[in-house]
Amino acid sequence: MTRPSPTSDELSAPFFEGTANGVLMLQRCRNCAKYAFPVQEICTNCLEGDLEWVESSGEGTLHTFGVMHHLYHPGFARDLPYNVAVVELTEGPRMSARVDAPSDELEVGMELKATFEPAGEVMVPVFQPA
Amino acid sequence: MTFNASFNPSGGGAIVGLGMTEMTREYTYSSTGLAAIAVRNAITDAGLDKSDVDGILVNPGIMGNLQPDLQKALGLENVRLQTKMDGRGSTAGQMVQYASLAVQSGLANVVVCVFADDPLRGGSAGAAYGGADRKVTGMPSLHSYYGHFGANTGYALAARRHMALYGTTQDQLGAVAVSTRKWAQLNPIAMQRGEMTLDDYHNSRWIVEPFHLLDCTLVTNGAIAVIVTSRERAKDLKQPPAYVIGMGQGHPGNPRHAGAEYEVNTGAIQAGETAYAMAGVGPKDIDVRELYDCYTYTTLVTLEDYGFAPKGEGGPFVEDGKLGPGGSHPTNTGGGELSSYYMWGMTPLSEAVIQTRGQGGDHQVKDHSTVLVSCQGGILDMHASLILSPDSTAGTGGHS
Ligand SMILES: [Zn+2]
Repeated sequence: MTRPSPTSDELSAPFFEGTANGVLMLQRCRNCAKYAFPVQEICTNCLEGDLEWVESSGEGTLHTFGVMHHLYHPGFARDLPYNVAVVELTEGPRMSARVDAPSDELEVGMELKATFEPAGEVMVPVFQPA
Repeated sequence: MTFNASFNPSGGGAIVGLGMTEMTREYTYSSTGLAAIAVRNAITDAGLDKSDVDGILVNPGIMGNLQPDLQKALGLENVRLQTKMDGRGSTAGQMVQYASLAVQSGLANVVVCVFADDPLRGGSAGAAYGGADRKVTGMPSLHSYYGHFGANTGYALAARRHMALYGTTQDQLGAVAVSTRKWAQLNPIAMQRGEMTLDDYHNSRWIVEPFHLLDCTLVTNGAIAVIVTSRERAKDLKQPPAYVIGMGQGHPGNPRHAGAEYEVNTGAIQAGETAYAMAGVGPKDIDVRELYDCYTYTTLVTLEDYGFAPKGEGGPFVEDGKLGPGGSHPTNTGGGELSSYYMWGMTPLSEAVIQTRGQGGDHQVKDHSTVLVSCQGGILDMHASLILSPDSTAGTGGHS
């Protein structure tokens, strides 16, 4: 049993085109310039529906994390325990992710940088200690 | 923003009936069957007749197995107020609030609020709350690839943030588990009544660090119903009324964006402010706290947000056992969701009604003139508060 593979769809295509090229893509509102973690149809700040795709720095800090010991999906049996992280990107949005480091080396606030690993048909961001 | 307390507590309604099914890990009846039993028990408890019920508010749990037209399954033929509500764990508190408004306005006279859930069907309940079997594409599929599943994880991430910002410790989370278990040991209907030490807590297996098994609630099959009516009507019924003297809600927008600290500042701040203003009381006036405790951390952060401890100091606050039997701040006096039963917001609400009436037996708190109920929904996304009193003259200005 393998982990669930992410799949690109119509709305998320620009994100996965970015990861394929080693870039973490975000959305930004053309009206109020607020960044959004994709995919949002409407800006939650100004409620305008005019978001553009922009490249992010791929840099951020560890906002919080947990270490999973319970098996929720059989595809993770060989990965336990594994970490789940919330990364705050320099541009503002926070995203779920994994940090590629032993759990006992994780510290809230540590600086991180996105790298990309293959996952089925797409590339996905995984964060490394900067 | 400060709440404008123009509310007249004489119209706040009263809880006059409480009905529960057996709380169990076994599958007995469907959600609909469980709901019917709880409603029947609540009607009997109140000394009412089924034909008196003219309002019904319905809240299915995680399985979503209650239909909005539950009045048909219950054979209610006089229903003039009805809806299915979903504020997740906050719904029980919300139901009593909307029922109070309805009986105050005359839209209905006797409103049943019922929750039922049947997540356990011979398997693990983790599946229902984990969501790992959902088929998703696009960005949600990225979430699944990281193995970021379930409510346990969301609350664990929030707890970690609190630990990092304020130095909250594993021992302090454990202190909540231990004091809550002490209450459960005094409650005959609590599902987990064995002795628990802090060592037992630390030795229980990790689920999602920083949560051990004993940081997490105990998923339950069952149903609970309460009946709300007007204060006038309440006086003539069988049970001592639990008057609703304060109510409030708070539903943070929770932006996943720099600057927001939603993990450590919950909707209880806003909900509590409104409820306190309405009742004309503050944290120092609360005798008993019944707080939604899906996790130990939820108790800890909620105590801060209702003003019992300054922000960030919930850990040291709970560490000395003051929440337990004989402590200065009796909290979750039936054993809570952690040790007793997990019926979403009906867990704190049911125990609050028992305490307000003075019917808690071995786990009854001596002073119970002001009882706080906290109902938490989602991953700290929704919140509803009630303040109950056995005294019809309690609250702002002492209107009666
Ligand atoms: Zn905008």
